[in-house]
Amino acid sequence: MTSNPYLFAAYAVTWIIHVGYLSIIVSRYARLKREIKELKD
Amino acid sequence: MKKAFPILALLTLILLGYAGYMALSPNGAPTEQTMGNVQRIFYYHVPSAWCAFLLFFINFGASIYYLIKRSQAADIVALVSAEVGVVFCTIVLITGPIWARPVWGIWWTWDMRLTSTLLLWLIYVSYLFLRRFSSSGQTAALAAALAVFGALCVPFVYFSIWFFRTQHPQPVLGGGGSIDPRMLHVLLLNWLAFSCFGFLVCWARYRVEKLQRDVDEAHAMRSLMDLRNPRQQRSA
Repeated sequence: MTSNPYLFAAYAVTWIIHVGYLSIIVSRYARLKREIKELKD
Repeated sequence: MKKAFPILALLTLILLGYAGYMALSPNGAPTEQTMGNVQRIFYYHVPSAWCAFLLFFINFGASIYYLIKRSQAADIVALVSAEVGVVFCTIVLITGPIWARPVWGIWWTWDMRLTSTLLLWLIYVSYLFLRRFSSSGQTAALAAALAVFGALCVPFVYFSIWFFRTQHPQPVLGGGGSIDPRMLHVLLLNWLAFSCFGFLVCWARYRVEKLQRDVDEAHAMRSLMDLRNPRQQRSA
């Protein structure tokens, strides 16, 4: 495997953005599930 | 459908891992002679740009369909594709300067390719802001009209290198530039991996948006019921 600070930064930023966005989707899904449960109760 | 998602997610994860290994390892893509290893940013930068363009075109198609048929599903597809497209476009705008700094000696230059990509990103960010903060009943139609204009910028961004003198390299496909076949193979592999990943993210986001609208509708129905039966509400 190759090592270069710029290369590492680019790959890290890419995955930080993707994982950050995915975590937003997951947290919204969890909030909606809670809301649905409250509506049913 | 619910069972297919985790299976596809696992396959995509494996594909992303393999594509990432091929991009980073000299056993996969050869090291570029002039730029060295920093050129490997190319395998994330270019597929992210292609995914963003593809998603903006899906947004365009869904927006046109919504304007004609007023389909709720098309409206959700338009919103989701724009949102995930902005995520990919953000990656392009960040990885580009990280690549430019060691190669050109500068983080940013106001040449046509870079500036038009930034403008495209701003158009779709404003599209998302419009959808998020406008409370008008015509928001979806207004956003669809904005999306049509936004999509017209995509070919301009891609072919801006042809029309203007720019510091950015020629397009890999259809631009007259040449590329080592092994590099092209790894590039296409990464594009496939990111496209599958983008599709899955869109799928998950679509389900969340659909659920959000169902919950909003349920809240509205409950408010109506409470208004119609205030006695029951009081006794409850």
